[in-house]
Amino acid sequence: MRNAQAIPIRSIPLLPAEEFCVEVLEAVLHEARLSALFCAPVDGELRLFAILAEDRLGVLHALSAPAGQAYPSLTPDCPQAHLFEREIWETWGVTPLGHPWLKPVRFPARDPLGREVLGPEIGQARFMEALGEGGHEVAVGPVHAGIIEPGHFRFLCHGEDVLHLEISLGYQHRGIERALTGGPDPRFLQYMQTLAGDTTIGHATAACQNLEALSGCDVPAGALVFRAIALELERLANHAGDLGALAMDVGFLPTSSFLGRIRGDFLNMTAKLCGSRFGRGLVKPGGTGFDLGQPRAEAVRAHLAQVFPQCMEAVELLWSTPSVVSRFERTGSVSRVDALALGLVGVAARACDVEIDVRQDFPVGAFAFSHIPVAVSQTGDVAARAFVRHMELLHSEKFLTEHLTHLPACANTCGFQAGVGNLAPNSLAVSLVEGWRGEICHVALTDATGRFAAYKVVDPSFHNWAGLAMALRNQQISDFPICNKSFSLSYCGHDL
Amino acid sequence: MIQHIIARLRQGHRTLAFPQRQPELPDRYPGRPEINPALCADCETRGACVAACPVGAITLADPQSGGLSLDLGRCLFCTQCAAACPRGAIRFTGDYRLAASRREALVLRGQPLELARPLPPERLALFRNSLKLRQVSAGGCNACELDTNVLGTLVFDLGRFGIQFVASPRHADGVLVTGPVSQNMRLGLEKTWAAAPSPRVAIAVGACAISGGPYAGHSEASDGCAGLVPVDLFVPGCAPHPWTILDGLLRLLGRGETG
Ligand code: SF4
Repeated sequence: MRNAQAIPIRSIPLLPAEEFCVEVLEAVLHEARLSALFCAPVDGELRLFAILAEDRLGVLHALSAPAGQAYPSLTPDCPQAHLFEREIWETWGVTPLGHPWLKPVRFPARDPLGREVLGPEIGQARFMEALGEGGHEVAVGPVHAGIIEPGHFRFLCHGEDVLHLEISLGYQHRGIERALTGGPDPRFLQYMQTLAGDTTIGHATAACQNLEALSGCDVPAGALVFRAIALELERLANHAGDLGALAMDVGFLPTSSFLGRIRGDFLNMTAKLCGSRFGRGLVKPGGTGFDLGQPRAEAVRAHLAQVFPQCMEAVELLWSTPSVVSRFERTGSVSRVDALALGLVGVAARACDVEIDVRQDFPVGAFAFSHIPVAVSQTGDVAARAFVRHMELLHSEKFLTEHLTHLPACANTCGFQAGVGNLAPNSLAVSLVEGWRGEICHVALTDATGRFAAYKVVDPSFHNWAGLAMALRNQQISDFPICNKSFSLSYCGHDL
Repeated sequence: MIQHIIARLRQGHRTLAFPQRQPELPDRYPGRPEINPALCADCETRGACVAACPVGAITLADPQSGGLSLDLGRCLFCTQCAAACPRGAIRFTGDYRLAASRREALVLRGQPLELARPLPPERLALFRNSLKLRQVSAGGCNACELDTNVLGTLVFDLGRFGIQFVASPRHADGVLVTGPVSQNMRLGLEKTWAAAPSPRVAIAVGACAISGGPYAGHSEASDGCAGLVPVDLFVPGCAPHPWTILDGLLRLLGRGETG
């Protein structure tokens, strides 16, 4: 199947669990990526679903198997399944046999069907430990020393060196997937816009693409371009903010204060489009919540033309300041092999020379007819992640300037009616969007009445937290802030 | 070094002399809603506004006024109610000043919004010129956190008002809570609050922290922080604009109109 397409559930291969695992492993061996792996009820029976992405071909595959009580774990041969399998085990009590370390993921109180889950208290898990002489642990969080989301980190150290970082999240868990089951209800869009507030456009677009696929609604080109403009503005704002934050964490104040302000300018451009700095209400099922007339587009383009050179000036200061470059280079390196094994996505993957980008590999909407080059870097360190962001700023700006200048003159919505029941019954739809962090994957499954039997959300952070843990190995604790900022992951997007 | 100085000069001065000078907000920014219950009499689509609201912020048989009410503490500012109303009984004014001292004041029934008042004298004397806050993020979407954090940037320059976010509750004069307080963060918030020395203030920023926001009614969260800490300032919005937050903080310190 293609991106943002719906297929009948009965057309999805239903294999015995062992065969399912073999198929998934074979596919991953042949360069497919696990975009999602989850459990969902079909006709009262729990099934395992795998969504495999073949980036080179731009096709997606769905496979399924009866979940049963247990199945052979994929993780030993396919590390990118590790967190998905922990999630399946934690939420549904289905055991992946042979999984090396089943720790809780988000400590939920209930599963997506609303049934109670009996798990440990938040933060109580059997963590990896640093034992022996010179071994010690440093635990921080859930509440951190700044204005940041909550999460618990344990540094397992030997002297100054970090042997491993344990990341234990779940503090932001607010039961969104459970609340989505049986929908779409009137809060659907609000849930989607707040999966990760800094990715409002990315997640809302992914969600709307699913609804549109399931209802067979064609979105007018004007709305597709408007959505893409909003998505790239979201990228500009967040990339600029992250580069500023990186500068702050190495104590380079000029860039950090310039970019802090410039990020706000990008957010204000989004606010010019829809009234909200985060793009709330901009993307709606069937199109967009607002129209984008030429005068408004021109105003944003002019603002961008004024701010963008200042942004580049601030970013370039980073590279021309040796003390900054020396802190960035060779800090928090992740090898290409590890990035592929862990299934990293987005900036984190591209910084390790993994050339994947949904806008290129699975283009839909405006990206189907207007291409954005993929920015990659080779070294996999903080410098590479910063450099990829720098390049993406340039590419997005070019895209924006072009599309704000040449707007298609047509309607901004196809008049979608988001009532429950007009979605195709017994179907599955997968929607991918390249959010500013990386691949956002939403999978919707409908039941016989066209309601959601399950709605699975995979934020890019879900793939990438393990990358941060990997990056910290053999670093110093004092490198944590810049490693963390260079990944810039979402807690709420992970915790749902 | 010289290029740093040149860049510094080119980037210019960016701080707004708030509150003497007022910020300009974008034309599509909804801002404070204003309702006129008198227009509801024999409405042809009675109930359309209630049905349009994703979070139940609107009631049509308010126990006090008997008619239309809109709870700013729940409102996500999606403006769907205004779009659904054929009479213009709900209107968004673009006014960014929204913060209130009392939860009840946020329920609009046609009366003007009673904006936040200064803290009681004893605490006001202590905090007026220096307020150190600990931020607790508890189960939201991180948008409120980001737009609180942004107050530290050049445009807003929070530090000039003597307000600062600190790294430990022990150093804090109070907490600023965002998010609906997930069950998984309840203890974190309780412990942080307990660790802040009295007298102290509690501030709820965003629809989540006030009422649970989009997650109102979820058993995984607590419908906001009011049941856990005694809130002195409610800042509505999803997410509130940074100017809304700053305006609220200054009003709390009795410096609303003067800085
Ligand atoms: S603007 Fe507020 S009150 Fe009106 S429908 Fe949206 S959430 Fe409800």
